[in-house]
Amino acid sequence: MARSPRALTLAAGVLMLALVPVAAELLDQPFYVDLFRRIMIFAIAALSLDLILGYGGMVSFGHAAYLGIGAYAVGVLTHHGIANGYLQWSLAILGSALVALAIGAVSIRTSGVYFIMITLAFTQMLYYLGISIEEYGGDDGMRLAVRSQFPGLLDLRNATAFYYLVLGILLLFLLLGQRLVDARFGMVIRAARSNEPRARAIGFSPYRYKLTAFVISGAMCGLAGALLVNQTEYLTPEFMHWTRSGEIMFMVILGGIGTLMGPVLGAAVFLLLEDVLSAWTVHWQIILGPFLVLVVLFAKKGLIGLVPDEAAPGG
Amino acid sequence: MGEPLLEVRGLTKSFGGLIATDRMDLDVTEGETHAVIGPNGAGKTTLLSQLSGDLRPDAGLIRFVGEDITHLGAPARSMRGLARSFQITSIFKDFTALDNVALAVQAHAGSSFRFWRPARRERALREPALEVLRTVGLAERSELMAANLAHGEQRQLEIAMALATRPRMLLLDEPVAGMGLDESQRMIRFLQSLKGRQTILLVEHDMDAVFALADRISVMVYGRIIASGRPEEVRVNPEVRQAYLGEDTLL
Repeated sequence: MARSPRALTLAAGVLMLALVPVAAELLDQPFYVDLFRRIMIFAIAALSLDLILGYGGMVSFGHAAYLGIGAYAVGVLTHHGIANGYLQWSLAILGSALVALAIGAVSIRTSGVYFIMITLAFTQMLYYLGISIEEYGGDDGMRLAVRSQFPGLLDLRNATAFYYLVLGILLLFLLLGQRLVDARFGMVIRAARSNEPRARAIGFSPYRYKLTAFVISGAMCGLAGALLVNQTEYLTPEFMHWTRSGEIMFMVILGGIGTLMGPVLGAAVFLLLEDVLSAWTVHWQIILGPFLVLVVLFAKKGLIGLVPDEAAPGG
Repeated sequence: MGEPLLEVRGLTKSFGGLIATDRMDLDVTEGETHAVIGPNGAGKTTLLSQLSGDLRPDAGLIRFVGEDITHLGAPARSMRGLARSFQITSIFKDFTALDNVALAVQAHAGSSFRFWRPARRERALREPALEVLRTVGLAERSELMAANLAHGEQRQLEIAMALATRPRMLLLDEPVAGMGLDESQRMIRFLQSLKGRQTILLVEHDMDAVFALADRISVMVYGRIIASGRPEEVRVNPEVRQAYLGEDTLL
């Protein structure tokens, strides 16, 4: 069977990511393991947003909320002496799923600008909640005493083991996401995005499907939050700042909305550009900004849209 | 003849000061093609939207197959066998024609909370969908994006989606609107082929289509039915002639 250029790009990308720790070792640049792990964590967050934004048409401008909840689940438990990773990460996933359920239940009844504003407002609430709790460092945040513990499985202090775990989760989510959007469930949310009155007229009640997608997306992003705080070893309400939500959305749009692979590429390009440009000048955003504008203007389907994909009809 | 399939009693809907549906009664019998006609602004689409569940009436009762469905939403009514087409073509434009119809099949083929198996490879969805496309004459166009179909084909696709839900009754909002002569003739012939097998409530402006299709005609003016009966009765009704005077002379 002939492979589409996009499938080949995916294979090449996965191979490259898999080889990063090896290359870093050879070049004696351990920093790259750190950088690409960070990229993959944000790729997971962007991928989770794309599920509802690209396929469900839900413009969540508060996806950083789930990063924050995942991070706080880990940080708070560690602060109270519970470093068990299974427990922490379960709480991260469950907690963000519950918050997504609450936010989604309200926001999905609205659309357009109202949807954006409600998701933003909830995230701001959580952000200020984070700032106000002095016990957990308030405004300044706090150091994570130890990374999540997975006795008998792996040690996150080992940079390479942590790296491959994140890669594994990213690949798993790419697979899950692809199955999800192509399955009956995905077809319903895509149909509702395409034409909601029509979807209702043929008998679908889109609300519960959209809410379920919103919860799945929140849970995925919550796990990204748990990974992120282990990555930075520092818990801060900044994880939930609205500019963070904006960055995640930028990654999705930059890479290609509604493609799953695109947001991963978007996260890589965004964070690599940030890394390169910020070493060069403190005003790196002056360069990044126009670049994003150009991509949005001239590559409407994002960077991944430049790679042909024969076998993908339907929205 | 038993109970009517659809019974409307005292249906009322107003927008601000405008009464779009005014204490309206209407019966549609199983198997008939019933056309609702009326001058522009008579409230025909508003009526259809209340029947399909897209619009809530202010008062009145809608009974379908003996069940009070007045307070059900559009999806629930679709599940009970009411299917509508829209005046302004409403399809999933960024999906293929086959996808559009397969989605309609899917909505009536068990739970859609299925997360793993690709829906486009489910034969239980694709085959019935292709069969319906064949009946409306779109089988060769099945892999085309719906957005790329001609206007008339998009209207056919909409009817195909409605039929794919296996409805007990079709609600058609101006099915030949905006069509060329050839296209509308084809659509009329197709709808004629459904006659007898499918109960149809038709809202239509095109009098050729109405007289070619309708077993019964109800004439709506200012939100009320002023006359109802067989086409030849309605044609000679003085009140109807009065209402249409100055609009057109087709009657």
